[in-house]
Order: sequence, then structure tokens, then C-alpha cells
Amino acid sequence: MSGFSVVRAGVLTTVQDLGRPGHAHLGVGRSGALDEPAHRLANRLTGNPEDLATLETTLDGCAVRPGRAVTVAVTGAPCPVRVDGRPVAWGAAVRVAAGAVLDVGRATGGLRSYVAFAGGVDVPPVLGSRSRDLLSGLGPEPLAAGRTLPLGTPRGPSTGADAMPWPAPPVARLVLPLVLGPRDDWFADDAPRTLAGGGFTVSSASNRIGLRTDGPSLTRVRGGELPSEGMVLGAVQVPPDGRPVVFLADHPTTGGYPVIGVVPEPALAAAAQAVPGTPVLFTPVRA
Amino acid sequence: MSARTEPRTLPVGRHALLVELDTAEQAQALHAELLRRRAAGELPPVREIVPAARTVLLDGLDDPGALAADLAGRPVPPLATADGEPLVLPVRYDGPDLAEVAALWGVAEDEVARIHSGLEFRVAFCGFAPGFGYLTGLPERLRVPRRATPRTAVPAGSVGLAGPYTGVYPRSSPGGWQLIGRTDAVLWDAGRQPAALLAPGTRVRFEVCG
Repeated sequence: MSGFSVVRAGVLTTVQDLGRPGHAHLGVGRSGALDEPAHRLANRLTGNPEDLATLETTLDGCAVRPGRAVTVAVTGAPCPVRVDGRPVAWGAAVRVAAGAVLDVGRATGGLRSYVAFAGGVDVPPVLGSRSRDLLSGLGPEPLAAGRTLPLGTPRGPSTGADAMPWPAPPVARLVLPLVLGPRDDWFADDAPRTLAGGGFTVSSASNRIGLRTDGPSLTRVRGGELPSEGMVLGAVQVPPDGRPVVFLADHPTTGGYPVIGVVPEPALAAAAQAVPGTPVLFTPVRA
Repeated sequence: MSARTEPRTLPVGRHALLVELDTAEQAQALHAELLRRRAAGELPPVREIVPAARTVLLDGLDDPGALAADLAGRPVPPLATADGEPLVLPVRYDGPDLAEVAALWGVAEDEVARIHSGLEFRVAFCGFAPGFGYLTGLPERLRVPRRATPRTAVPAGSVGLAGPYTGVYPRSSPGGWQLIGRTDAVLWDAGRQPAALLAPGTRVRFEVCG
């Protein structure tokens, strides 16, 4: 078998790559790995092009049993990694023998680990991507115990050496730059100060669609409804309860709540790793 | 609808731009014009052009400021008169909200099918789910509110009304639109080329069947 079977699925493990940009006008979002640098790094460590599909775990990892010997690498949220019970390196290329169990343990910091396999997870692409979009339902179902997923043919040797910016220290405080607009004029003048005040924390209702916050409520000065408009990755939408939501990869393509500002993409990897309860500080900047 | 309008541009992060217009017609006209300019190589590289109710979003731009300046000084030509036949979707007008809609319209129940199938619609934009189109073309007097309580499951192919729009649910999902009928047309098939039957700009007519 040129694939792997799922021994332990974890709370939510999905197949992810760089997503399916270019279809937002059809109601299809970008999706893709939330911590994109970690996804790319895992691929590089196994000798893959950066756009091959990896597994994205959520907090408690997963365990899989490859049917053939394969080089793997685990990046993103640091965690114990074991092969048939023996500890192996996190953040490095590791050889897993045919039939051995690769166990990606519970994250010791952060939220999402990435598991790359030489050759990539080779499920059939949908609109050019193998990513599971939890909002639109496109792409392969989240992993379930007992299921088998195919692996592609390895393309080249593992690079062996790569820059390893991780493990970063645990995110004690999530600082998100925020480019104000397009609808910052729907909010009271003190909204940027409230956003910068640090009274927000990551809500446990966060998911791949958005990072939700608990904390102060932003006051709207304009009533009525905003006709639906296009949404971008990183948009900070403010629903009627006044608590900002940072849109992540599986966000809706259009929405009717005002967007007070946009978090630039490079800052979103940290947002993807912030555990519930982490303090959030927005630093508003003009466009 | 004013013949020519100058769009307003709003910043959206560092790589996107939201262009706002006064009416749905103007937004559709700008969207058509932007597609024409992209096809003609007259636009800088852009990843997404997303029309919506009264806006068009351009995402994945290197220099949104430069494009904003370009668009601000450029009146939008009115939407060209469509040529060719619209896409026809056969509908059984037997939806659970038919009586409600007939009452709101002030007509007999069997009149709803005749009125709805006599109109020509245009996909203004998509959203909510892959392949879900918001179709404009409903006269003001036929607008109906969403249901007070959304349904937890609306079957695929359901034809609904909400505000200025009519639309078809591409798959079973929760929904608050008033349902007047059902079509067997497959609105979305990820394995088909193109996957979406309805894309922004597509003209649509409904036909009574069964």
C-alpha cells in the first residue's frame, strides 16, 4: 500500500496545502495551511516542493501507519514525536519504516502541528487544491481512525539541513498589526484605542474560519446593515456583539458585518498558533 | 440608474482594494468592465475580483494605491445589453413557502410560478456556499423578507427569495430564504468544468416544469 492508515485521528486533523486562490467570485475561499511557514518548512525538510499536501493537527496530534517506508517531518506547534513508541526528532526529517506507527503527540506550545510525508498526501485535488475547507466542505474529509490516505511518489532527497526558526517561545501575547479600513468609519473614534488596549483574549470558539476574541465590545456609530461585500484573509470583522473576529484561511468570501481593519498575512501564522486565553493586542496602523 | 458613475475606493489591508458604487447595477457594470480589462491585459496582476451587492473587491495586488488612483478617475461604462440566450433552469414550483410568498405578493398561489418564470435574472455575485449565486432582476414590489426563523436544513436545488435576490441552494444547508420551488439542475459539481453553473454575470431564466 502506497499510503498510510489513520490509527488516531486527533480532535481535528485535516489535509492542507497552499489552498485554492482565484475562486472567491464563485463563493470558494482560499483555505490552505493556517501556519503556512510551518507547512512549507515541513515539506522542505522531506524534500518536497512546498505546495504538496501535509496534515494539519489541532492540539492533540494524530497517529498514522505508513504502508511503505517514508521520510516524514513534523513542524508547527512543538510536540513529542514517536515512531513505534521511540522518541524521534521534531522539526527534522525522520525515516519511518513500513508498518511502523508515527505518533504526533499533544502540542506543548501552540495549537497546530504539520506532518509532511515525502511525496505528499496524494488525495485527488479539488479546484487545484487538496485542502479541506471546513466552511465550504471542499476537499477531503477530516481524518478518521481506520481510513487510508494515499501518498505520492517522493520527488527528491531530503535537504537534511534547513533553517529552523522553531520552536519559537510560546506565544505569551499575540500582537497583530491592523491596517484600518475599509469600514473603520462605522465605529466610534475610540475603537483603535480599544483594539490597542490589550483587553482581548483568544476565544475558545476560534477555528479555521476565524480567530474569535473575548473582551471589550467595539461600539458602532452607524446603524443599519452593510450590504454583503468581498472579504479578504486577515479581515477583522465585527459582528453585532462588537467582538472582533480575525478571518483565517476558511473564511467566507463575502460578508455583511463591517470590517474595521485587516491583519497583514505574515502575522496570521502566529494567530493560527495562539491557544484560547492568549491575550491579543491589535496595533492599528493607517493604510 | 445613472449612465456613468465614478467609483469610490477603500483600502483593504496592504494588497487589496474595495471599490464601492451607489447601486447593484453599477457594481455589476464595474465587475464586467474589470473582467474586460483583465482579459485585454489592461489590469495589473490580481488574484481575485469579487463582486458583491454594491462593491467589487480586488485582492492580491502589488500596488492597490496605484489601481485606486486609476479607477477613481475612470467612469464606469453602463452594463452592455446582453446578447445570446440566458441559462434556463427548470423548476417545480411546489416550495414550502409558496403560500407565504403568494400572500406577500398579493396573488394566487399558482400565479407565483408564472411571475417568477417570466422574469430574467442576472447573477450579481456568489457567496454563502460554493456556487450559490445572488440573482438580481426581481422588481421592488416582489421583494420578500427572509424567514423569521431560518430552516436548519434546506434541500439542494431549492429555489428561494430573500430581499432583492432570488437564488438556488447548490447543496443541502441551513437557510432563511423563502422557498418557492426546486430544480434538478446541478448548481455545483467540483468535478465538472466549470464547477459552478452560475458565475457572476450569468443571465438566468426559470422555466415551469412538472
